[in-house]
Amino acid sequence: MHVTQGTFSYLPPLTDAQVKAQVQYALDNGWALSVEFTDDPHPRNFLWDMWGLPMFDLRDPAAILLEVQRCRDTYPARYIRVNAYDRTLGRQTTALSFIVQRPKNEPGFRLDRQEGADRQVRYTLHAYAADRPPGERYDD
Amino acid sequence: MPRPSALDLATSVPEMVAGNGDAAPSDVESGDAAGAGVNVEAEARDSGVFEVIDDLDRDLVGLDPVKTRISEIASLLVVDMARRRFGLEAERPNLHMCFTGSPGTGKTTVAMRMAAVLHRLGYLARGHLVAVTRDELVGQYIGHTAPKTREILKRAMGGVLFIDEAYYLHRQENERDYGQEAIEILLQVMENQRSDIVVILAGYRDRMDQFFSSNPGMGSRIAHHIDFPDYDLDSLVAIARIMLDRQRYTFSAGAEPAFRELMSRRMTQPRFANARSVRNALERARLRQANRLVSDGRLLTRDDLMRIDAEDIYKSRWFSEAPDEAMLDERILPAG
Repeated sequence: MHVTQGTFSYLPPLTDAQVKAQVQYALDNGWALSVEFTDDPHPRNFLWDMWGLPMFDLRDPAAILLEVQRCRDTYPARYIRVNAYDRTLGRQTTALSFIVQRPKNEPGFRLDRQEGADRQVRYTLHAYAADRPPGERYDD
Repeated sequence: MPRPSALDLATSVPEMVAGNGDAAPSDVESGDAAGAGVNVEAEARDSGVFEVIDDLDRDLVGLDPVKTRISEIASLLVVDMARRRFGLEAERPNLHMCFTGSPGTGKTTVAMRMAAVLHRLGYLARGHLVAVTRDELVGQYIGHTAPKTREILKRAMGGVLFIDEAYYLHRQENERDYGQEAIEILLQVMENQRSDIVVILAGYRDRMDQFFSSNPGMGSRIAHHIDFPDYDLDSLVAIARIMLDRQRYTFSAGAEPAFRELMSRRMTQPRFANARSVRNALERARLRQANRLVSDGRLLTRDDLMRIDAEDIYKSRWFSEAPDEAMLDERILPAG
């Protein structure tokens, strides 16, 4: 199952040249970029681990791609995304966020039903990957 | 002006190939284009690189060997661009450089121009200059150096990283010095990200030689070693004239010979810093001129405000009889 999230969730995975162009766009707008990674694919998991600090004062996308590459080398089987933060007064939020790496095998989710009182049923998503402890989820 | 990236060039190939008006870029590699010519000079003119080099020629006095080397490098890059149009793909030339010379010989200025030249030719995406010294690259405790160096490298990506007094990175007397770590990271990036960054090292000739002999990896990754000669007296006076002109001042008739004499004395003194000494001498002449004008107390004309007189220069401490005192003075004022 192909997990999607963020700005370009409707597109096929971006190539490095496309990532670079997006990063260039963010830099041109004066947004600060950061790299984050996770191995918890749940759609409501928005707090990913930070790969270093957000990067300010940079001029060239090559610098951000350098960090993306270092993160990929360290975590070849995790989700990695690039965020761009717009600090303009009135916006002050993430302007752009897209996945730049995903694990090779994404086992997907199952739907859990929980019986509550009065025949009420609660539904929840459970990632198969989450059956294994963090750090070992996508190792194979 | 849009920067001529490699991509733009590839798409503009058809116009360049005579009699092959609408050929696709892929056709260029075939025999069709083999006979057609490329006007290297026109190409260089289009890239605007000549303007930068002309500026360099005009703004910088002397430095002939440096100018020759820079136009050689620029020509190589232009030819490389032309070759690429014919599908003669060559590896991206190694552009890391080392500038050696005394203080004040224009190393930083030339590095800035170099960044502009490389940017115009499409070898650097941004063409900005990040100037650093050891302090900004080397950390203070274990594990501090790598992120610090990488931070600087990232900021310089797309432009030129200028490391002043680079020989300080290596401390021979202390083999556990963190400088070595910074050098290793530099080397790694210089090798792997050649298309994103150009590193220019600068420093005194003899100490840089020593630095390279203890870091052979660094020496071999630097293709261009450019030596900046000291300025002679005529050049120093010419530099002074340019500096004054830029600040809208002029020498009076007597002031120029006075300045020449001042410089000839200054050149023999310790800590002479070429153009920087000229600038400092002029700064102090401006101070004395201001003092003179204020104490004069009369109505000042435009000419009065622009002119630096011989007396403003003769009051310099380098003309005073007691050189010891002059040395003492020097320690209080900025070196020069």
